[in-house]
Order: sequence, then C-alpha cells, then structure tokens
Amino acid sequence: MTDTMDAPARTGASNAEKGASRATGKPRTSWTAWWVAYAQAAPMALVFLLFFILPLLATFVVSFWNYTEYSIEPAFVTTNYQDVFYGCVARLPGLCTTFATYLSTLKFVAIVWAATLAIGFTIAYFLAFHVRTLPMQIALFMVCTIPFWTSNVIRMISWIPLLGRNGLVNEILLSIGLISSPLEWLLYSDFAVALALVHLYTLFMVVPIFNSMMRIDRSLIEAAYDGGASGWQTLTNVIIPLVKPGILIGSIFVITIVTGDYLTIGIMGGQQIASVGKVIQTQINFLQFPIAAANAIVLLAVVLLTIWGMLRLVDIRKEL
Amino acid sequence: MTDSRIKPAGVSRRTILKGSAALAGVAAAGKLSAFPTPAIAQEPVTLRYLSTAVNQSPAIAEKAGEELGINIEYIAVTTDDVAKRVITQPNSFDLVDTEYFALPKLLPSGNIMGLDASKIKLSDKIASVIRNGTVDGKKVGLDGTAPSEVLYLPAEQATEFAGEETGFLTLIPTTYNADTLGIRPDLIDGEVSSWASLLDPKFAGKAAILNIPSIGIMDAAMAIEARGDMTYGDKGNMTREEIDATIAALIEAKNNGQFRAFWTDFNESVNLMASGEVVIQSMWSPAVTAVRTQGIPCKYQPLKEGYRAWASGFGLPVTIGDREKDAAYEFINWFLSGWAGAHLAKQGYYPAVLETTKEAMEPYEWAYWFEGQPAEQDIHAPDGKLLEEAGAVRDGGSYDERMGAVACWNAVMDENIYMIRKWNEFIAA
Repeated sequence: MTDTMDAPARTGASNAEKGASRATGKPRTSWTAWWVAYAQAAPMALVFLLFFILPLLATFVVSFWNYTEYSIEPAFVTTNYQDVFYGCVARLPGLCTTFATYLSTLKFVAIVWAATLAIGFTIAYFLAFHVRTLPMQIALFMVCTIPFWTSNVIRMISWIPLLGRNGLVNEILLSIGLISSPLEWLLYSDFAVALALVHLYTLFMVVPIFNSMMRIDRSLIEAAYDGGASGWQTLTNVIIPLVKPGILIGSIFVITIVTGDYLTIGIMGGQQIASVGKVIQTQINFLQFPIAAANAIVLLAVVLLTIWGMLRLVDIRKEL
Repeated sequence: MTDSRIKPAGVSRRTILKGSAALAGVAAAGKLSAFPTPAIAQEPVTLRYLSTAVNQSPAIAEKAGEELGINIEYIAVTTDDVAKRVITQPNSFDLVDTEYFALPKLLPSGNIMGLDASKIKLSDKIASVIRNGTVDGKKVGLDGTAPSEVLYLPAEQATEFAGEETGFLTLIPTTYNADTLGIRPDLIDGEVSSWASLLDPKFAGKAAILNIPSIGIMDAAMAIEARGDMTYGDKGNMTREEIDATIAALIEAKNNGQFRAFWTDFNESVNLMASGEVVIQSMWSPAVTAVRTQGIPCKYQPLKEGYRAWASGFGLPVTIGDREKDAAYEFINWFLSGWAGAHLAKQGYYPAVLETTKEAMEPYEWAYWFEGQPAEQDIHAPDGKLLEEAGAVRDGGSYDERMGAVACWNAVMDENIYMIRKWNEFIAA
C-alpha cells in the first residue's frame, strides 16, 4: 500500500528535477521533443480558453457596459460597480445590501467549514487508521459517496418533509412530549441552510483528507509511539501537520462552493436569506447583465482573495 | 476533444474553427433540419412555441396537429426566461406566448412584430377587458401595464405603441386571469376579506409572497394600501418614494417574522400551501387547483380591494419565415375558434374569445366557470381529474364579477432598475 502511494510522489519529484536541470542548462535527461509537453497540455488548455477564459473576459468587459431594460450597450462606465456598492460608505456603520449579503455568506462559510472539517476529519481518520484492510476501506469509502448518486437538489429537498412544521422531526418531538408546539426554526432558517450545506459538502472534505492520510508512512506513527507520544500527541504533532494539504484542499472546495451557493440557501432558507448568487440571478432575469457581471466579478475577486490567503497558510506545492 | 491532431506548427484559425464546428455539431446533433432543402418544404410545418410550461398543454399541440397538420414544438422556460429569450435569441422560436407586461421591454428591442388584425378572423371578438379595459361596459382598474394600453402598434414593425386602435396588434391573448390571495380555510380562524391580511401579524410566520420582484411588490402594495398606510398614484408604476416606503414596510414585516418563505416557482407555492407551512399567500389560480386536487382545502379568496390581473398572448418574432408566418396565423385563428379556449378555461383561465369558448363547452361547465353558478354536475379538469363536486361555486364568482373587480395589472415599472436594487435589499435584510 505504502509503495503504491509513494510511487506517484517519486515521479513528481523526478519531474521537478527535470525542470530544474533544464532551467540551469544542464544536459537534458529526457529525449522527448520539447513541444510534446505543450501538445499534451493543449487540449485541456483549449477547453479552458474556450469555456473559461473567454467567458470570464466577456463577463469582465460587460461589467463596464451600459444597459437599459432591453439592451446592453458597449461603453466604459463604472456605474455598475458603484451600484454594487450603493450606500456602502454612506450608510456606515449600517450595512448596505452587498456587505450584508457577504456577511451572511461569511457566516455560513464559517459554520459549514468548521462542521465539515470536524466531521470530514473524523470520517477520514476512521477510514484511514481504524479500518485495517484495503477492500474494506474502499467499500466504506464507496458508502460515503452513495448520496452523490442522486442530484444535490433532491438530497436538499428531502430535508423539507423531515424538518417542516408538520414534519417528521416535529411530530416525533411532539409525540414524546419534549415540545408542546412545533419548532419553527427547523426549516426555512439559518439552521436549515447550515444543516443542508454540511450534509451536501462534507464529502469534499473527506476525500482530500483521506487521501493525505493514506500517504502517511505508517512507520512514522510507530516511531511516534515508540518515542512515547500519546495518541493525542501523535495526532497533533504527526498526523495533523502531514494532512494539512488535504485539509487545505478540502477547505478550498467547501469555502468556494459555499460562497457561490444560492440554490441551497434559497431552498432551505425559504428564499428569505440573501446570497450573492441569488442577487446575480435576479439581475440576470431582469436582463441587467452588466450589473450582474459586476457582481460576478466582485464575487470572483472575493473567492480568489480567500484562496490566496489560504494558500499562504500552507505551501501546497511543497507539501504535495 | 474531437480533433486531437494538433500540428506542432501551432494552432491555426482553421483548426479552431474546425474544432468548434465539430463541438457545435455534437451539441446540435439532430437539428440538421434547419438547413433549407427543397424536400423539407413538402413536410408539415413546425412551429417552435416559446412560453412558460403552464401554458403548454400537450393536448392542444396534439389537436392542432390533427386539425391543421401543424407540428407544435414546445419550448418551456420560466416567465423571466421568455422575455430574455425574445430579446437575446429572437430566431430560436416561431411563436411566443408571453405576458403583456413584458411588452414595454420586448417591443423596443425590435424583435417582435405586430399581428395583422385583418388576418385574424375573430380579432374584433377579443374580450373587451383586453381590448379597451372594460367588462360589461364598465371600466376596470388599469394600474400597471394594462393590456389595453399596449395592444396596438402603428405598423407591423414598430418599436413604440400606438395610442389608439389600429390594424396591428402586439399580442393576441391566449389566457388571462385575476389573481388574489390563496388561503387554507381549515387553518385560519375567521374571515379574510382584505389584502391587508397578507401583512397582518395574526399570520406571522405563516404568510408568503412571491420572490418575483415586479409582481411581489404589487402584492405588497395592495396590502399596504389596504392597511391604510399610504395610497399609490399607480401601483404598477411607482415613484422612487413609493418604492422606498413599500420596501421599508416589507423589511419591517420580514424582521417581525411575518413571512415563512418566499417563492418563485409555481410548484413551490403549491408545496408551501399543501404542507401547511403557509396558510396565506399570493397565489396563481392553477396552484390553488393543484392544492385542491390533493384533497387539501384551499380557497382563492376574493378580496374587497380587487384583483391583480395578468394576461398573456401570442406574438411573432421579426425573424419568422414566410411558411411559419402563415402557419402561425392559421394556428392562432384555430386557437381562437373555441376548442383550445375551452380546454384552458377548464383549468381556470379565461380565453380570448368568450363566444366561441361557450360553444365549445358543456352548458353546465360554462355556468360553473363563467357565470358563477353552482355546478350542476361534477366538474372535471381536462385530464379527467375531479376538480369540484356538484354544487360547488367558483371562488370569486362569475367572469364579470372577477374580471370586473380587477384593480391593477402585472407591470414593469419605469423605475424597474431601482426597484430591483431595493428588492434585493429587502431579501438581504
């Protein structure tokens, strides 16, 4: 097991050496023509160019255009960005729509990140260190992915009959006499949104952390025990530092998805909770493409800044 | 990738074109009939019919195929997407069924053209509420984008409305109706008789409104005016001050926990009502029917301030081909001739031409749906499902009572952009 896991890492290292030797002008160790690597990367690069870079550029350009009810006109105006941040300075210390929306999103990001990390880490730890055999590990890992066989909208909506005013949870609590009137905050509330988000996205935390844990050389753990470390010390001094890249990758997944999510927040929050995505959707529905584009660019900037900040915490390239 | 033979010399413009053409080909596989070939001209003409799913009855397409030999191909999208598609992709459909309130947005885009009244046999029989805003000779409320104000064009191709009756119509009505609040009578104590109930703290945590800003704000305005807080110049075309005051009142209600949820999709409103999460909300007529067919009591409560009405109709894109244009006129004439109107009337909508609809319905059905009389026999939906048992009376009564009590029409305001910004503020509050 350890051998197979190490193999790709070694190849990675030798690749890096290759690159280094080319840069310093040492004799090449590979006889492949220089353009082959570019040709191999070209299909993916082309797909990215066509379906990612170009639309993104178009969005950026359109965010400076003018619009009316029925048309968008090429121009260079910053009014869209001013509209996005309308009242944000004037209304301080009160919150403008954009700040209030991002603050609400940030709250969900924090809750969901903490919850998925705790749950995801625990599941991954169990799978990697408590389950002894590889077939069993694979089988249990597959079990974790089963919910993903249905669409996430269905997984989300299935909470509604459970949490509703006349839902299963309320009926059970009422019948065993724990409460005398139905709990209203179970559905269409912050709680419901956080619950659904954690349910939907925990796996994004499990997978990278599990992957990192499987790469840990077991002899390191043995060495820790031999050196007299307690279980807790091993966890905090050996395992957590080594799975940091996995935690980081999982965190990037969860944080970026939650920041852009509007479907879950819409459905589970009864559309009463604002999200940036919903604001953009409303604007697009009313054909206000330029201001929607400006909002999208602001959202992108926020997400990129978050990722940039996180990458500064862990040097992911070195760790991988 | 379909073309992996990328030459070392670099990617030429030609390979990119070839690659993207191949991709497009994969995406549009089977749509090759768009290429004009002589053989296709002999085949039955296909009309691509763009509208919301609610208006697209498979039975109508089937009947039109039988009687006219026209192949109706439905393109189902949401209300907002209909308008978006007309403006951004006018050549992706041959016939559009859209709401009159979208016209002030659609017409200036120059993408739809007027219908020649002389080619529509029953054009002078179109219901008076659409033609001149009267029911039984009496004027109804015309706040908002009333169809009578946007019905005529000075010429076939125009980007502004004609102020008077002309020979060119923007849209030929398909369906229209008067909307009001839906309630769960079994979960509500006492009577509901005013729009003010929507914001009544008695229903705190059990009310819902639409999260479609242009319609939601009008429902709110009906409630605020009914409560006596303020009066509007035109609820369908508010001033900035009126928008500010309305949104402020909504935010106050939201912070006091008045609303259980907001909805955008027809089915969401059905679920909210059927599950008892919500006992009072602004609703659409077929949604009330859908709740009732589940065996759950739901009433489309007439209110003393009147109804918020809407109307939808057929329009033609300027890019339409000659064959399709002829077929579209033929289809519209058939649509007004009775069967289709009766089919839709049995779902609770009102049809463009009342006379032909009456002929196509059973007398007891007409009496129930249009005259406000108790049903002599069980009332069935077009698909055969039982809607009402004998003896039931339609909520709100007869056509004249319901359409005659219209207070305002769905609208797009002049201050629409400002209104949407304020609406987003309300959602974020």
